[in-house]
Amino acid sequence: MSLDGEERTIRCLVAKVGLDGHDRGAHVISRAFRDAGFEVIYSGLHRSPEEVVQATIQEDVDVLGISILSGAHKTLVPRILEGMAEAGALADTLVLVGGIVPDDDQAALREGGVAEIFGPGASMSEMIDYVRENAPERE
Amino acid sequence: MGESPGSESGDTNDVATSHGRATETDPLVTDLLDGQQRALARVISKIENRADGYRSIVGDLHRAAGEATVVGVTGPPGAGKSTLVDKLVAAYREQGQTVGVIAIDPTSPYSGGAVLGDRIRIAAATGDDGVFVRSMSTRGSLGGLSTATADAITAMDAFGFDRIIVETVGAGQNEVDVVRTADTVVLLVPPGGGDDVQMLKAGILEIADCFVVNKADLDGADRTVQRLREMLNERGTSPGGGHHGPGDREETPGDREAASATGEATNWTPSILETVATSGKGIEDVRATIERHREYLDASGERRERERSRQAATVRRILRAEVRDRVEAELAADDGLDSLLDRVVDRQIDPYTAADEVFEPIAECLDDKHTED
Repeated sequence: MSLDGEERTIRCLVAKVGLDGHDRGAHVISRAFRDAGFEVIYSGLHRSPEEVVQATIQEDVDVLGISILSGAHKTLVPRILEGMAEAGALADTLVLVGGIVPDDDQAALREGGVAEIFGPGASMSEMIDYVRENAPERE
Repeated sequence: MGESPGSESGDTNDVATSHGRATETDPLVTDLLDGQQRALARVISKIENRADGYRSIVGDLHRAAGEATVVGVTGPPGAGKSTLVDKLVAAYREQGQTVGVIAIDPTSPYSGGAVLGDRIRIAAATGDDGVFVRSMSTRGSLGGLSTATADAITAMDAFGFDRIIVETVGAGQNEVDVVRTADTVVLLVPPGGGDDVQMLKAGILEIADCFVVNKADLDGADRTVQRLREMLNERGTSPGGGHHGPGDREETPGDREAASATGEATNWTPSILETVATSGKGIEDVRATIERHREYLDASGERRERERSRQAATVRRILRAEVRDRVEAELAADDGLDSLLDRVVDRQIDPYTAADEVFEPIAECLDDKHTED
């Protein structure tokens, strides 16, 4: 391992936001991402949108995965996206949402900057492949 | 961060680089010195990835750094490092000091991935611009970790944080090297009899400036404190083996002389403190002890000596990596070791001779250089 020569590893923040205590899914995904060779930072439960933005910026992650099962995605996710846009981080961060998002709500989230939404039944390999293919290239 | 730390360096755009090839400062450096956290985050990523241009970035930042106090927090898994760091960050914030935290977690040797879990416990950081927490993995070890950590510290220092905390599991040489980059090393010891203390004996015990028996409300804490005290007393009776003067870090001939020149001023007796990190009990003592150690370092002149030996270690590490890379490149340019290896396996030559043959051109160059001198 030399001091030069790039060693790139995909970094992901797996975030739980708002009053949502169900994090089995976030844990399973964190571990699957780790086993896929990614570096995963798990936010812990009950984070505010501002905390998620702060962690995204400071950890300089390539991928932000928001796990949300509470049904509050219509208020919480846009606040995260706005915060990231303000900090100039939205353009080169891949934002994913995992959880239960009704079809009717999906278009608005995508418009706001969410790249993909994974609902119940999405397979691990599908998500990992998606991240590998779409993680932003940075100079 | 409104205070715009690092701004005293003024016209950062004109930072001259010593090798002259890159006269223009990377905009990331300007933004970082301007107090933009995103630029700091990006710089640390470049350092971790060894991305193009990271060397000149670190070079520019090196000139702007040197003000922060660096605290290393280490101890076995489950000792309560992250929780202590969380409380320590809060204590610093109360004093009006800004804090950068580097939390290091191991990378899986199997997948190369990692779950970096320390951030969860460092809750004092949330929503506060005066705290910057960065999780790092042990990827690219083999000395790379300590170099990357030292560079990340430089970046945080140049950004203007008053205190920088590096948190890592104190197992293995790599991690020991990492905490050695700190001005003050805090070692957490969980209570539970002497065995844990015995386990800590090798390597890490010698470099601790402050012992913290965490979870002091549990049974066995008294005994652990007792054991530590005994161990420190034993240490005191063996001259030279005790306090960690610069001499027992990366050793250079100059260090020894420097250590004896400062004489008894290098006598810092490590404190043994008790805390209950979850409730915050004893944290103020830890903070005050670290400050006291900081003042001691300044008063005794040991700070500069430590910095010297630290930089010596860094330069040597870089040199070793350079030499290794050169040799690897040399090998790759030929047919690798193939033809040599056949001869070694057939017992025509021995491994030393094989290595000599590869190294010969390099040795010749160095010999030439010496004759020129």
